[in-house]
Amino acid sequence: MRTLTILGILAAALAISAAAGILVGAVAIGPADVLAALFGSNDVNGTIIRELRLPRVLGAALVGGSLGTAGALLQGLLRNPLADPFVTGTSAGATLAAVTAIALGATAPIVPLAAFMGALVAVTVVWRLAQLGGSTTVLTVLLAGVVLTSFVGAVVTFILVSSDRLALRLRAVLGWLQGGVSVISWEELAVAAIVVAVGLGFALALAHRLDAYAFGEETAATLGVDPDRTTTAVLAATALLAGAAVALAGLVGFVGLVIPHALRFAVGATNRRLIPASFLGGAVALVLADLGARVVLAPAELPVGAITGLIGAPFFLALLVRSRQVVV
Amino acid sequence: MTTLHADAVTAGYGPRTVLDGCSLSLTRGEVVAIVGPNGAGKSTLLRCLAGLLRPRSGVVRLDGVDIGALVRRDLARRVAVVPQIFDTLFPFTVREVVALGRTARLGTFGGASPADRVAVDRAIADLGLGELESRRIDRLSGGERQRAVLAMALAQETDVLLLDEPTVHLDPAHQVAMLKLVRELACARGLAVAAVLHDLNLAGAMATRLVVLAGGRVVRDANAETVLSSELISDVFGPGLAVGRHDGRPVVLPIP
Repeated sequence: MRTLTILGILAAALAISAAAGILVGAVAIGPADVLAALFGSNDVNGTIIRELRLPRVLGAALVGGSLGTAGALLQGLLRNPLADPFVTGTSAGATLAAVTAIALGATAPIVPLAAFMGALVAVTVVWRLAQLGGSTTVLTVLLAGVVLTSFVGAVVTFILVSSDRLALRLRAVLGWLQGGVSVISWEELAVAAIVVAVGLGFALALAHRLDAYAFGEETAATLGVDPDRTTTAVLAATALLAGAAVALAGLVGFVGLVIPHALRFAVGATNRRLIPASFLGGAVALVLADLGARVVLAPAELPVGAITGLIGAPFFLALLVRSRQVVV
Repeated sequence: MTTLHADAVTAGYGPRTVLDGCSLSLTRGEVVAIVGPNGAGKSTLLRCLAGLLRPRSGVVRLDGVDIGALVRRDLARRVAVVPQIFDTLFPFTVREVVALGRTARLGTFGGASPADRVAVDRAIADLGLGELESRRIDRLSGGERQRAVLAMALAQETDVLLLDEPTVHLDPAHQVAMLKLVRELACARGLAVAAVLHDLNLAGAMATRLVVLAGGRVVRDANAETVLSSELISDVFGPGLAVGRHDGRPVVLPIP
């Protein structure tokens, strides 16, 4: 009951923040004109609302939801509340693959696929590192994430500067590396939505098995969970979600870390409740962060990754300090 | 009527052989204590019985079926394990932990049936966890946590219950209480129980049979009266222990 209430509140918050995201922008458009534009008026307002703001808000919601869900999955798999696609380098792997694909001339349906492959390789490496065990696991994983992210940063910068592709130059305006949801087409959105739906479905089906994982792989096995199959499925779902998020918005940090962590206080640790809550919560967070990115320095625009980093990084540090005794 | 039977099991890790041709039978209603010095292979034997470690040679059968041929989900409906280490950084409640015992019986999306809820309620009641059910597992005392983990294993509603040093984090009074409970449950429900135990006196008092491991082999499989003899204890554990009697039962005492 309590969980349904919280999910209801999150859904309402998503609706309200999405409405705010559509109403607010560089060009002032009144609520009545926004409604008219949504339902088909063909003037400039119609173009702004239907081709710019609406896909942007939906894209932000998809990216945030994916990152929140992927964060919950990774935390469950690694048994570590300090994991998410960004800090583990999963998003960086996806970014490298996506940027490379675009530089080679790939279009909308191929880019998320490339991002997925990149994310899958990166998250599998992270998992293997965590499997090495020992008391340094958490730090090893985070360190690997840092290294992977800066390596990808260097390669992506190289590709951006050397490429003459329009799509890359457009994205480079806000930057793959800082994260941004400003130039999303309906086509990209549709492909990403399908990928995210599949990833979310996987995540929901895996949720109760991840609960058993919290007490170690061996205990999960004695409870009836096949560790190999479950691990593979969780890695694939994480890669689908992180890959879709990167294909739409590049590197957006900390949403996947902060949202599941904060929501555990509200809905508890059980993944059947945490995963849907993290999807909705992540969506709300990124729609609001994108709104903030447009409003804070208006008329100038910040990359949304700057907003999430501004809020998420101190949160991450606080968490690291607080949990040092237990996890390091 | 044999429930779980290990037949000439040899197992180990990497190049190291830990178990060397161990055989052990476990039938319903009995509590078998696996004892022996450190490094004798007690936990390894338990891991083989639980299907967590595949024997290099030999076989573990559950009612005649090789457990290596069973999928995890089916095995978890027949054999429950209380692990030695049970820690998490996540705020699971006691009730949620007990409900994990139903993992092998849930639907695709983890939906619980009325039977699942009944089993969880019963396990919580059996171990007197009613007052603690909404407390966080990571904030319980060692004894409370151990009860919660046992409740989780009971909620699996299996015929076989394996415990890996279930008393290691408990004070002496709680150790006795824990093993009494296990024994009562084994009798009342006809469970086949095997527990790795360090404390020979607890093992002697609580178990219907003691299996003594040394150097990866079963050196004795008998009741407490037979196993807890001066000769066997000094053979297996070395000097420094004496066997006396208390209330007509053999008692092992450290002699410094």
